[in-house]
Amino acid sequence: MSIIIDNDTKLVVSGLTGREGSFHGLRNKAYGTRLVAGVTPGKGGQDVEGTPVFNTIEESVSEAGANTAMIFVPAKFAAGSINEAIDSGVDTVIAITEGIPVMDMLPTYWKAREKGVRLIGPNCPGVLSPGKANVGIIPAQFFDQGRIGVVSKSGTLTYQIGNELKQAGEGNSTIVGIGGDPIIGSDFIDILTLFDADPETDLIVMVGEIGGDAEERAAEFIAAEISKPVVAYIAGFTAPPGKQMGHAGAIISGSSGTAKAKQEALEAKGVRVGESPTEAARIAVETLRSM
Amino acid sequence: MDLLEYQGKELFARHGLPVPKGVHAKTADAAVDASEALGYPVAVKAQVLIGGRGKAGGIKIAKDGTEAHEYAGEIIGMDIVGPHGEGPFKVHELWVEAGSEIESEFYASVILDRSAKKLMVMLSRMGGMDVEAIAASDPEALVKHHVDPLGGLGEDEAKQIAAQAKIPAEVADQVAAVLVQLVEVARAEDATLIEVNPLIVNADGKVVLLDAKVTIDGNAMFRHPELEELPESADQDPQEKMAKERGLTYVSLDGNIGILGNGAGLCMSTLDVVAQAGGRPANFLDAGGGSKAEAIIDALEVITSNPEVTAILFNIFGGITRCDEVARGIIEATNKIGLTLPLVVRLDGTNSEEGLALLAEAGLPNLHHEATMLGAAKKVVELAGN
Repeated sequence: MSIIIDNDTKLVVSGLTGREGSFHGLRNKAYGTRLVAGVTPGKGGQDVEGTPVFNTIEESVSEAGANTAMIFVPAKFAAGSINEAIDSGVDTVIAITEGIPVMDMLPTYWKAREKGVRLIGPNCPGVLSPGKANVGIIPAQFFDQGRIGVVSKSGTLTYQIGNELKQAGEGNSTIVGIGGDPIIGSDFIDILTLFDADPETDLIVMVGEIGGDAEERAAEFIAAEISKPVVAYIAGFTAPPGKQMGHAGAIISGSSGTAKAKQEALEAKGVRVGESPTEAARIAVETLRSM
Repeated sequence: MDLLEYQGKELFARHGLPVPKGVHAKTADAAVDASEALGYPVAVKAQVLIGGRGKAGGIKIAKDGTEAHEYAGEIIGMDIVGPHGEGPFKVHELWVEAGSEIESEFYASVILDRSAKKLMVMLSRMGGMDVEAIAASDPEALVKHHVDPLGGLGEDEAKQIAAQAKIPAEVADQVAAVLVQLVEVARAEDATLIEVNPLIVNADGKVVLLDAKVTIDGNAMFRHPELEELPESADQDPQEKMAKERGLTYVSLDGNIGILGNGAGLCMSTLDVVAQAGGRPANFLDAGGGSKAEAIIDALEVITSNPEVTAILFNIFGGITRCDEVARGIIEATNKIGLTLPLVVRLDGTNSEEGLALLAEAGLPNLHHEATMLGAAKKVVELAGN
């Protein structure tokens, strides 16, 4: 198995004719992902290196059988494209676009929930199931196929940890970048649930950062619902309050959202938290091998 | 983007919300002119992006020109530290406002509740104090209400919130109307936080918004060109200002080790690892995906413009970013700006071998290569000194 994407994924890329969309869409295809369609309004009938382009996502579903949409549309129009994807009949939407206004994402989040469509992102690097499919911008060469699931708010930090796991001889079932925005379609809890049910995942690494309380809520959830071991890493112990640290959601508000509070919440529920990405990877490998 | 009080009040006024009359001033003399025009008493208020100004002495009531001049002179140049240790923020500008006779003080806010994925309205009869203090002293006194994400706040819904917060009946409808309008402001102006503390009832029984703390979603600025044109706070950190002009994601910290990483998460993690190794980071700087020579020159110029910096750490994990391109950028930038400070480089990921070969070939005397993030952190701490 693996989660969210696999050999059955039929991908449509919204924004395939754009520079970023074509670069990453074709990289995903080269990896082995079944790229069945691209969508750009007004460019229906064209193709991008043999992949047909449609005017709407709905057409890509009815004509090419797409079941997963990746959104590479500029921020101003991205929520509209996500909404279109939610209505199109695909069951998964992966939104890579960074910089979508939060007021656009609020109704979109609820629309996805209401329609039962899984939304990953926005402002995320995407999802990689090594050996099966890659949807997004995650560089696959740093990850091997294996039994560790990774869920993360950060892209490069995930590559760092994936690479350390690979060097230690371990690999991943799926790597999920959930994104660093304040409002994201799927949270730690959603992805932890999927990993817990996935027979190919034995252990989960969770990479969080300052801002919000998703890590604290995940800690409660892990204690109550998750049967597999979870190892965590949290970034941002040195971040000052009130400053946005790169990601739109990475901000300590007053006294809430600190890395220390997240670490304490996780440790209080028995989740081991690495002091550095290297240590988190080491703990994950040790735990996996002692199982 | 955080708005100063007066900018927030101007925004409220544009949406028809009741705010006191006021004038923006930057000198004591201008404050006196403003006071004379408004009529005494006036409130002389420090304009800084932090709460707790009253306690810090940043808000004074002047009853004549002598006092207005004296207080304005005291407040301009004052350093204000926030309730959670934020800042210090130096006061460069004032808002001089017609004095209000306060009969009662309430608290009202609209915030983005990230957990619930909805806007949340908060209202309390106990205004004028920190919301965390209200919540701690009497949780029931703070009414919290989530707004339907697909609609706004209805008038009846707002009246129920006011009733639940035990707002006196004679002003409850006015307070409810303010709540409805604040939610509209949040939605129309892309505000992720609006805090009015205090929301007052004046001697005439009118509800007035006496303070304004507003945060606008930085991702939505394209919809608000008028807000983008607001003058930057003069207190802005020089490096942060320089970085912003160059489109870099940069946050100033108070240490001596300049940091550049690619990706926000990796960069935050780099700061933490440097701190664990006993060092003090001078900044957060996310070079982002494309770390071409131009971007690295820009980044190094910003980092080295901070006189506190004694050593620099580059922590790059190339995914889409190619390490050979980063290496070329480092070499070009180092030569171009004549960098002599010790530079520790950790280069891993895509094309790292080519990148490291380029660095070795260039033979820059101040450049130290380390294979791991932890090794690089230790090395830069050793080179930075205290």
